[in-house]
Amino acid sequence: MPDQFLYAVEVMINGLMAGVLYALVALGFVLIFKASGIFNYAQGVLALFAALTLVGLQKGQIPFAHLINAAFGTKVHYFGWTMPTFLAIALTIVVMILLAIAIERFILKHLVNQEPIILFMATIGLAYFLEGLGDVMWGADVKTLDVGLPQGASEWVEEASAVLGGDGFYGFFIDKLDIVAALVAAVLVITLTIFSQYSKQGRALRAVADDHQAALSVGISLRFIWVLVWSIAGIVALVAGIMWGAKSGVQFSLSLIALKALPVLMLGGFTSIPGAIVGGLIIGVGEKLFEFTIGSMIGGATENWFAYVLALVFLVFRPQGLFGEKIIERV
Amino acid sequence: MKLKLASAAIGALLAASPALADLVFPDLSYRTGPFAAGGIPFSDGYQDYFTLVNERDGGIGGVKARVIECETAYNTEKGVECYEATKGEGALIYQPLSTGITYQLIPKVSADKIPLHTMGYGRTSATNGRVFEWVFNYPANYWDAASVAINYLLDENGGSLEGKKIALLYHNSAYGKEPIPTLEALAAKHGYSLSLLPVDSPGQEQKSQWLQIRRERPDVVLMWGWGVMNQVAVQEAANIRFPMENFIGNWWAGAEHDVTPAGMAANGYKSLNMNRIADFPVFEDIRTHVHGKGLAAGDGSNVGKVLYTRGMYAAMLAVEAAKKAQETHGTANITAAMMRDGMEALEMTSEMMEALGAPGIGPEFSVSCEAHGGSGMGIVQQWNAAEGRWIALTDYIAPDQDVIAPLVEQDSMAYASENNLSLRCE
Repeated sequence: MPDQFLYAVEVMINGLMAGVLYALVALGFVLIFKASGIFNYAQGVLALFAALTLVGLQKGQIPFAHLINAAFGTKVHYFGWTMPTFLAIALTIVVMILLAIAIERFILKHLVNQEPIILFMATIGLAYFLEGLGDVMWGADVKTLDVGLPQGASEWVEEASAVLGGDGFYGFFIDKLDIVAALVAAVLVITLTIFSQYSKQGRALRAVADDHQAALSVGISLRFIWVLVWSIAGIVALVAGIMWGAKSGVQFSLSLIALKALPVLMLGGFTSIPGAIVGGLIIGVGEKLFEFTIGSMIGGATENWFAYVLALVFLVFRPQGLFGEKIIERV
Repeated sequence: MKLKLASAAIGALLAASPALADLVFPDLSYRTGPFAAGGIPFSDGYQDYFTLVNERDGGIGGVKARVIECETAYNTEKGVECYEATKGEGALIYQPLSTGITYQLIPKVSADKIPLHTMGYGRTSATNGRVFEWVFNYPANYWDAASVAINYLLDENGGSLEGKKIALLYHNSAYGKEPIPTLEALAAKHGYSLSLLPVDSPGQEQKSQWLQIRRERPDVVLMWGWGVMNQVAVQEAANIRFPMENFIGNWWAGAEHDVTPAGMAANGYKSLNMNRIADFPVFEDIRTHVHGKGLAAGDGSNVGKVLYTRGMYAAMLAVEAAKKAQETHGTANITAAMMRDGMEALEMTSEMMEALGAPGIGPEFSVSCEAHGGSGMGIVQQWNAAEGRWIALTDYIAPDQDVIAPLVEQDSMAYASENNLSLRCE
């Protein structure tokens, strides 16, 4: 096979893997939008906050150490112990659930029946608050995230595929971390699907998503559902934060990964979990193939804007996104 | 009526008298946002040095330095807001640590007559003092950095880069694009091929670029990165098993936090530096007179790190220029215009740096009316992951002024022509 074709295949495979990472972020948006109609601007910051908390717990960092030191003249930064990864992840999940309860208690509860734009604005405020809280709690330095995930080229894939091309072809490059991310995303989607289809809470969640008032009339607690869905979105954010943080270290730019989810949502639809996955894959492959084929001719760095162009092209034909619900509003 | 006249006379006298104010050094810092990891240590070093001068020496020429910190979050609009908010305080010099903010401030400082010092960043051709009266970029600029990297590679390759493939991985912004003209001119001179790989900000996703590097196998990858782009690039280089000793970042891609997330995989990565890293005696003074008194700008954990040292060096150069201005004008209470004169008369010698407790922190250089750029020299350092520290591989390397000077002349003259500026120092 000609090497150029093999390179295109390699780019496509890596695009699929990148798409999975985008989808992980998009999933959090979808869950909250589906259940409450809120576009959660803070989803990227949730991923950052979760990852910061995980690293802080793992390394035994004292939260708010800078404040404590400034107030009491102490010089404390660490407890002096490290926490096993498994326990740190479990405790981070607990923190994300507590955060969901606090968000419901202090923000959402007071905004029931408000216009969606009000709720959206509230999540903007939440994003800034959480970013500041993360900074004050854990500091703004770049933190190394080590949860034992493998990284680097999969040598097995490289060696097995090297025979397909000529001497200049080194085999397909696939990052082991991307493979893990794909598996985790698959498990996450299957779990969420089973949860929403077969559990009582999941069905309640779907009922609220379909019709708030009808759900309330049959005794479903809207407040419980909101806590539930924000908790799940927090856990999804933790997974996204781990995958992205493993690549770059945990730092405040993690909150910007939300930007990669927007075209995925536009393409896949804001209300569909499969839409987030398929949208992520299409965006991932599309932007990588465009960069590979056309990018170099027009100066490169096309991925950020091409993702939006691709999403807009889809919107022309399906304004609700590929899997979004078609909403017809009559005056 | 008499009382009113007397009050007016006293008011006029007070207004005419030299104010016994502090010397104001605004710090346009960024402690929040995606680039905070680089902004915090720089700001800590910058502020701690002024505090040291106040606490240890009683100020600059007996007048206390006052630092006004303003948060820009590395955002150009906020940076301009900070400038507008602080310039009325009697600001003597601005060091915004952002090329984007620098470009916006160049016309403003020229109109307001306040010096702008962009140490190793900003508009490269501002090194031409005949055109840029209020802008300084000593001790080195981006084009110097590009040339220093190529001179280092020439040295490593027996004096020839003929036929070599060099890739530039750069932040797709005004900052990242700065070295391209120099690297292209040097490619024509030395016979290497240059491929350009832009990375969109912030640089969290670089798979396409590194797949291209894996396909094309350049001999060397140079990087003009900042923020998360650096950490991701080092990790991706490790992922494709690119030889780290052939991966060289510029001096904004060579701090500790750029390499630590990749762990041992970052071992051998190289970067340029405009200031040497060492346990300078001045750090002990800072620990005693600043941190010991609870006056540290940060939590004290950054002392001695690459960007802390650079921030401190930036403050040191500002203090020395202020001293020169005081000496030249015979007054301790200098204005921004006097500060500019001090900067144009600045000369940093080995003896001075040693006396300041930072021997060899930077290259020796002098500034003049015509030349605002310093010597342009830089070192190459390498990350030792096992020891967790940068090790200097070279002494200060000089850039190729035969190539850079015409580029500076061309670009600065174009600026002068666009803005109808008459040349100075004639």
